[in-house]
Amino acid sequence: MATLRFNPLRIARPQRLLVSHSSSRPYTINSALRHALSTDDSVLLFGEDIAFGGVFRCSANLATDFGGDRVFNTPLCEQGIVGFAIGAAMSGFRPVAEIQFADYVYPAFDQLINEAAKARFRAGATNLHAGGLVVRMPAGAVGHGALYHSQSPEALFTHVPGLRVVIPRSPAQAKGLLLASIASNDPVLFLEPKILYRAAREHVPVEPYALPLSKAEVLRTGSDVTIVSYGTPLYACVDAARAAERDFGVGVEVIDLRTIYPWDRACVLDSVRKTGRAVVVHEAPVNAGVGAEVAATIQQEAFLNLEAPVQRVAGWSTHVGLVFEKFMMPDVVRIYDAIRKVTEY
Amino acid sequence: MSLRRSVRPLLRQCSLYHMPQTFPERIRLVLPAIQARAQSMPQKPGSDRVHFPGAVNSKFTTVMAFARPGDMPAMPTYRVMDQDGELVDKSRAQPDISDEEVLKIYKDMIVVSVMDPIMYQAQRQGRLSFYMVSAGEEGIAVGSASALDPADVVFAQYREAGVFQYRGFGLDGFMNQLFANRLDEGRGRNMPVHYGSAKLNIHTISSPLATQLPQAAGAAYALKLAHKLDPETNKERVVCCYFGEGAASEGDFHAALNVAATRSCPVIFFCRNNGFAISTPTLEQYRGDGIASRGVGYGIDTIRVDGNDVFAVREATAKARELALQGENRPVLVEAMSYRVAHHSTSDDSSKYREVREVESWKRRDNPIVRLRKWMEARGLWNEELEREEQTRVKKAVLEAFGRAEREKLPALRLMFEDVYEEVTEEQEQQIAALKDVLERYPAEYDVDGYERGKDGL
Repeated sequence: MATLRFNPLRIARPQRLLVSHSSSRPYTINSALRHALSTDDSVLLFGEDIAFGGVFRCSANLATDFGGDRVFNTPLCEQGIVGFAIGAAMSGFRPVAEIQFADYVYPAFDQLINEAAKARFRAGATNLHAGGLVVRMPAGAVGHGALYHSQSPEALFTHVPGLRVVIPRSPAQAKGLLLASIASNDPVLFLEPKILYRAAREHVPVEPYALPLSKAEVLRTGSDVTIVSYGTPLYACVDAARAAERDFGVGVEVIDLRTIYPWDRACVLDSVRKTGRAVVVHEAPVNAGVGAEVAATIQQEAFLNLEAPVQRVAGWSTHVGLVFEKFMMPDVVRIYDAIRKVTEY
Repeated sequence: MSLRRSVRPLLRQCSLYHMPQTFPERIRLVLPAIQARAQSMPQKPGSDRVHFPGAVNSKFTTVMAFARPGDMPAMPTYRVMDQDGELVDKSRAQPDISDEEVLKIYKDMIVVSVMDPIMYQAQRQGRLSFYMVSAGEEGIAVGSASALDPADVVFAQYREAGVFQYRGFGLDGFMNQLFANRLDEGRGRNMPVHYGSAKLNIHTISSPLATQLPQAAGAAYALKLAHKLDPETNKERVVCCYFGEGAASEGDFHAALNVAATRSCPVIFFCRNNGFAISTPTLEQYRGDGIASRGVGYGIDTIRVDGNDVFAVREATAKARELALQGENRPVLVEAMSYRVAHHSTSDDSSKYREVREVESWKRRDNPIVRLRKWMEARGLWNEELEREEQTRVKKAVLEAFGRAEREKLPALRLMFEDVYEEVTEEQEQQIAALKDVLERYPAEYDVDGYERGKDGL
């Protein structure tokens, strides 16, 4: 339908770290958005409080530099933000919509699940779709966010064919995955672990680069246990793996899913076929969480290789109460203990 | 102050990083300055008002009086011709429209009104899974479509077959979709009446009510920006978004009108107020002055028209389009009043919640088709014989298209997996293989003959 003729997003191949600097997340998200806005006129950025830079500073200076027509505030209405973004995407634009906290994405649930996810399928041969849509949202625990500034709603979206769900674990990953998400012709939900906005620092290439979607990354190799996780808990997973290796000499392989759906089943299954033991770790409540899907797939596809039941270390089936957070989140101790359980089974 | 707002400053503690300002100059758009900082001036001595930032033109009053909706006059309903097809205002000029155009509008309404009962009966005979007629509202759809540019983008609800007909969807287009056959643009995935056409700039209809409203705002914003970025390639266009008065109760209505107003989107929100949302009468839908009164609250230019008067609908739509494209662009709301003379759908028996007598009275008393016919007859454009010929011709064409569509194969089975993502995923490929395996091992349990290439179509 749209007769817009914009250049497709140009993204360079991942490059060596020729130029790099220490960086934390708001900077890299901002740098990815800046690159997308500067290379493709069809990229738009909007949401609540975007124009002055965003409550997490992810869009700092972008309205000034790219103009209020491309980077702008919307009224405070999540269903409107996502509906508006879908309409823009269906018209050939690449809107990057921000939901201020993942906890507030639910008013837009209908638009995401009934509309964005199904747009291409129902439009069939007309080929009108919501690809190009990216919905960014800060997610996960932050230490004191309680019920409505802590949630990890990814599993609610991984049940929806048509959506891609991406969660980066670090600044360098955030930039590469966000640029790939903006370039994707499928609607993408991009959940940014907000506790890492300030905490995570690493070298990030200044040049634009894309990391592939639906590809997991093996962070650490090992031959005895596979840990599958994504986002914030990966840091605890690596610490627990080191401790387990030191204390009882098991080799722990740690896999970062990166894209939660459609996920890299081959990478996980290859690893579990090698190790025979698996632990899945995430912040969201364990009931019907991503761990359930991963564990079920492992038992179905790697049954004969399994030496122990798959363990799930996740949030308990409750809400994030303010003063209880540290008992809710999967920490080094619980992951360490899960490694021990699958090893000693 | 909501908790959510009050918590925000706590979460703003993140450190600030400053970007170098060295990106290429060319990507800056020549557009109006980004939002000027909101300013609120303190009160000048002796002023009759304070410029509160939230309502800058409000004067003080010492009279404590609530604004009461009952004290305000209902918004008038614009009409051009009366039930007899005669000009209400004899002093005004006849509608500025060619005979050719009037005939097209009339014949398109006839097509919808002939197709509807045939397909309704087909559903009753079980040859079709579902159907919804447009009876009584043909004038709204065809009349408004006739005032739009063919390049204007349409988002429909489901009772706008007349828009598709006017734009040239064709009887085969309707029938292929209704029978969900292999020629259906929707690839057999949607319920009947969920039409869509990229060629005609009409987005595919989806069942969830009102979801298309904020999408229409976003699409209109995209059209506006596209025009600004490249006026040569992208001419000025509007989006026209249809919905019923029941759908206007959804949160998405509120979201859409508000964001369209604040972002100055060239979109016409077109409400079909037909008195009923399935069984719910408007008295249980809202207590304000219809939908039109709400437009003003959002800062949107609004008009209410007689939906049974094709000329009023057409004129109001043309003017709405002009307003939408004026200056920095803006949304416009049109509320077209009508009466849903048919059942809500084939799954509904409306005699359970309203008097058949009332419906019959509406059918007799007022009807967009009869009204235009009277106007045409008075001008010698139409007569009984032409009517009979046209009815016969259209009926034959509908039945022929019906037959062609019904005989077609259903789409290939693989299309149940395609288009979920741009590419079929690895997981889906595995599931396709699994389904194929089941079909091969239990051939007697599944009828795949009706589908293009049978099980090999997977």
